[in-house]
Amino acid sequence: MIIGTIVDGLVIDHIPAGRGMELYHYLRLDRLQCEVAIIKNATSQKLGRKDIIKIGEVIELDQDILGFISPKITVSVIRNGEKVGKMHPELPEKISDVIRCKNPRCITSIEQELRQVFKLTDRETATYRCIYCDTKAPKQKF
Amino acid sequence: MTKDLIDILQISREEIDELIAKAGDIIEQPDVYAHKCDGKKLATLFYEASTRTRLSFESAMIELGGSVIGFSSATDSSVSKGESVADTARTVECFADIIAMRHPKEGAPYVAANNVDIPVINAGDGGHNHPTQTLTDLLTISREKGRLDNLVVGCCGDLKFGRTVHSLIAAMSRYENVKFVLISPEELKIPEHVRTEILEKGHIDYEETDSLENAMPNLDVLYMTRVQRERFFNEADYLRLKDTYILTPDKLTYAKYDLSILHPLPRVNEISVEIDKDPRACYFKQVRYGKYIRMALMLKLLGVD
Repeated sequence: MIIGTIVDGLVIDHIPAGRGMELYHYLRLDRLQCEVAIIKNATSQKLGRKDIIKIGEVIELDQDILGFISPKITVSVIRNGEKVGKMHPELPEKISDVIRCKNPRCITSIEQELRQVFKLTDRETATYRCIYCDTKAPKQKF
Repeated sequence: MTKDLIDILQISREEIDELIAKAGDIIEQPDVYAHKCDGKKLATLFYEASTRTRLSFESAMIELGGSVIGFSSATDSSVSKGESVADTARTVECFADIIAMRHPKEGAPYVAANNVDIPVINAGDGGHNHPTQTLTDLLTISREKGRLDNLVVGCCGDLKFGRTVHSLIAAMSRYENVKFVLISPEELKIPEHVRTEILEKGHIDYEETDSLENAMPNLDVLYMTRVQRERFFNEADYLRLKDTYILTPDKLTYAKYDLSILHPLPRVNEISVEIDKDPRACYFKQVRYGKYIRMALMLKLLGVD
């Protein structure tokens, strides 16, 4: 498969296979007017399979969301066809309004206007818990 | 100390020891504290029924010279009109100096605390946290045993939904040489997060068993709990498990002579009433200690010496 090279834009690489569309929605890339390509199940030496997103414009990306999906993700910045930078998002301390608490006893289950916030409680195991009820977030597959 | 008390883990061991010492001083010389909160108002915002906790907070404030406003069920408040916890807290802040909140949903007092400048005390949020019960338990153990370290603590009954047990384990894990014996049926075992994140991570000595009789001879403290009907979605499960452990005089024949029996109350039938006369039964003294530790806590949060 051939995807055109980017002149100015971003390449989000090493996305866990199958999670490219999820990341596309979390980052709200549907709002962009520029070209966006999602490559699923690309061959990867490190991961076996991976997803890649190419964006035809240099935009601000939410590093917390990227780090939450996987700290193995990299973001390359392309200008005039040359790679001019590479970012390595880290596991964020907090993640807001990305995932929802599934505990039916949580206050967020009845007060819809509350922000859905999860905090990192164990960096080693990448465990996140709801700040209201301490319910563990579903485990992210890196 | 933080502005609020939402979770017992917010406060350090030193701060807990300080509160226990203050409560001890209040017990010894109550007259000294009788007017410490003159002119102060406590708002008790209780969205679900509670006898002990609400009356304990209210009598604590009255004995400090302050007064009390509030409601004792959601139907008595604007929440029945759909008001959010944040808006209720902001409104009450205009009238009161400190809030004690009980709510059936987990995290509600945290939401209140984040929306007001006055101190908020979590008086129980569903099956989640109940830090003043833990402080009560710690004061009781400290007063009855003379220490909080070098103890074997048995927790018996509903260890899955029993929030008081989770908080007690978290708080007592900070003291040296405390061993926990966790006595429950398979279905009501301690949750995985308490086992892994508190006991195993803290290298705390513990064992799990389903036999109260076998565990009894080694215990310094026995913390009994009720199987709580309101925590079950399924009535059949509740009925099947509610009578698993009943403490009777027979079972106490295996116990140490100086065992302390605690229970957060209310009890249903898990402690036989015959035990009430046994000098090892501490659960009604525990209620009284609850008032004193809440007095100490409110003094601290209000910045009154």
